[in-house]
Amino acid sequence: MAYDKFNTLRSTVVPLSAENVDTDQIIPARFLKATERVGFGDNLFRDWRYDVEGNPKHDFVLNDPTYSGKILLAGKNFGSGSSREHAVWALYDYGFRCVVSSFFADIFKNNCLNIGVLPVTISPEFADVLFNAVSADPETEVEVDIDRQTITLLSTGQSESFDINSYKKENMKNGFDDIDYLLNIKDEIAEFVAGK
Amino acid sequence: MEKKTLFDKIWDAHVVRSVTDGPDVFFIDKHFIHEVTSPVAFLNLEKRGIGVLHPERTIATPDHNVPTVDQDKTIKDKLSRMQVEKLREYCKKYNIELHDLGSAHHGIVHVIGPELGITQPGMTIVCGDSHTSTHGAFGAIAFGIGTSEVEMVFATQCIMQSKAKKMRITVDGELGKGITSKDIILYIIAKISASGGTGYFLEYAGSAIESLSMEARMTICNMSIEMGARGGLIAPDETTFNYLKGKQYAPKGEEWDKTVAYWKTLKTDEGAIFDKEYHFDAADIAPMITYGTNPGMGIKINDLIPTTAGMEGSNKTSFLKSLEYMGFEAGESILGKKMDYVFVGSCTNGRIEDIRSVAEFVKGKRKADNITAWIVPGSREVEKLAHEEGLVKILEEAGFELRQPGCSACLAMNDDKIPSGKYAVSTSNRNFEGRQGPGARTLLASPLTVAAIAVTGRITDPREVF
Repeated sequence: MAYDKFNTLRSTVVPLSAENVDTDQIIPARFLKATERVGFGDNLFRDWRYDVEGNPKHDFVLNDPTYSGKILLAGKNFGSGSSREHAVWALYDYGFRCVVSSFFADIFKNNCLNIGVLPVTISPEFADVLFNAVSADPETEVEVDIDRQTITLLSTGQSESFDINSYKKENMKNGFDDIDYLLNIKDEIAEFVAGK
Repeated sequence: MEKKTLFDKIWDAHVVRSVTDGPDVFFIDKHFIHEVTSPVAFLNLEKRGIGVLHPERTIATPDHNVPTVDQDKTIKDKLSRMQVEKLREYCKKYNIELHDLGSAHHGIVHVIGPELGITQPGMTIVCGDSHTSTHGAFGAIAFGIGTSEVEMVFATQCIMQSKAKKMRITVDGELGKGITSKDIILYIIAKISASGGTGYFLEYAGSAIESLSMEARMTICNMSIEMGARGGLIAPDETTFNYLKGKQYAPKGEEWDKTVAYWKTLKTDEGAIFDKEYHFDAADIAPMITYGTNPGMGIKINDLIPTTAGMEGSNKTSFLKSLEYMGFEAGESILGKKMDYVFVGSCTNGRIEDIRSVAEFVKGKRKADNITAWIVPGSREVEKLAHEEGLVKILEEAGFELRQPGCSACLAMNDDKIPSGKYAVSTSNRNFEGRQGPGARTLLASPLTVAAIAVTGRITDPREVF
């Protein structure tokens, strides 16, 4: 099993409304120097979270004790730029298991699904509903049900469904990754290579 | 018969199987690796007790974190050194071709692949780096992947990918004086935005694209990812074949003729349908420069920075935050702004033609006193040519500092960092906050525009300084 199984997630939400958040913001390049996948959560949003002396910037949402939870609610075009999977490692390591946005960058979304962070794409209207609800009550909870493919604001019952293909859905529910699948069809791949 | 796009033809030929309501199992011809995104993949492979299935399809070079001075000495930064040493160790263990620091073909992975003739039409190419899209210039499907996928390629030479939608961007007409392929791509990104290509694989077409050299085409494909597109390609033609002929890894003799005959079939069928199409007129393109913190925030150099008219909500907030970071005002002209650094290099514009264009421009001139000018060749081969052609001498006389090959200040993983608050006009691909160092302010432009700015010390239209 490559990561923890994802079933139903019920959590408070951390709101980050900025648009076009690129992976250089999620984790700057200078923190990509590890040769093992450890400690990336400490540098999540490093330059927004800390000043140059390493002191926390109090106006940044991760430093605001009002907000916490396993769901990151992000602005549109989240995760653009570099293909660094380290961006998702940092989110996972910090404690996020789900990122919700009205628009995700492609490679980032793939990387999420490969390591067990669920990207949930919602309509811009529902994103506004969620941002407003979290802003009005930071304790408000959201439920993400992967089986039913729904995301629900529990305080009002407002809900929307989201897309995920059944292959990735099964992977997320079981904590499987693509390598398990690929290794199982090694012979078929060998045949393909022989036929090239 | 079904009409296919070039992307369809290459994609479909590489599908091992399609998973029902899931991705395709997609075969990879060539896998480029570097020191930053592959060590963890190797480590995971070892944890699973499996090896590299096709080491002969894998090519390695350290480029992202390497210093651009004293490359013959031990790397001072401990973590960078460890990554490079791990890459060496794993390449040796798994018998992977490594173009190490100091070797004849060391360089940025997306510069050496084409240079060696490894990149060829019709191939599928991946690398743990989003600018892998560069190789699309040869009519290949090339895109960046995450470390989990690097591991998949090591283990099985396949990844699992859903086929992207198709977009064609046609640019017809003739480019004006002082306009380069970098301006074309910055223009396109400004038009369709930093997210406008998301979910698509692009094909660039039209007479303006066909007129470009291979190196200029690479600059275009390189920045496909800056629109959110997975990649972008250009149908191979005589320019492509002439570039590849005689390259170290290109087919030779009879094999060459046979291969070229196949390459000639690699084009979009007349009447094939794209999910989205854009048409642009080359005559409308001017020297471009970015003013904000994503590559979509670009303007013609003599246009005004946009105002917030028509913007609202988080869109407006993000725009203003971006301008505040850059120290610019909405609605003002960008011309004449004083700059601090210029950087010529990267997988976008670190090739010999780029260095030639800068050298030609600054010949007999001198950089402005307020400018620190770095020029970082994309590879040892580029560096060698720059010396042989006398370009280094011209550049050094103009006050440029020539450094050794690597990604350098494009992403500032090494010591080549722009200080906080300083302005850098860069030939690279990303102007994200802190991309070139914490607090650094980056403006993207063509090598020619960068050369003009180096000389005047201020944002200058290169057409005015000829």
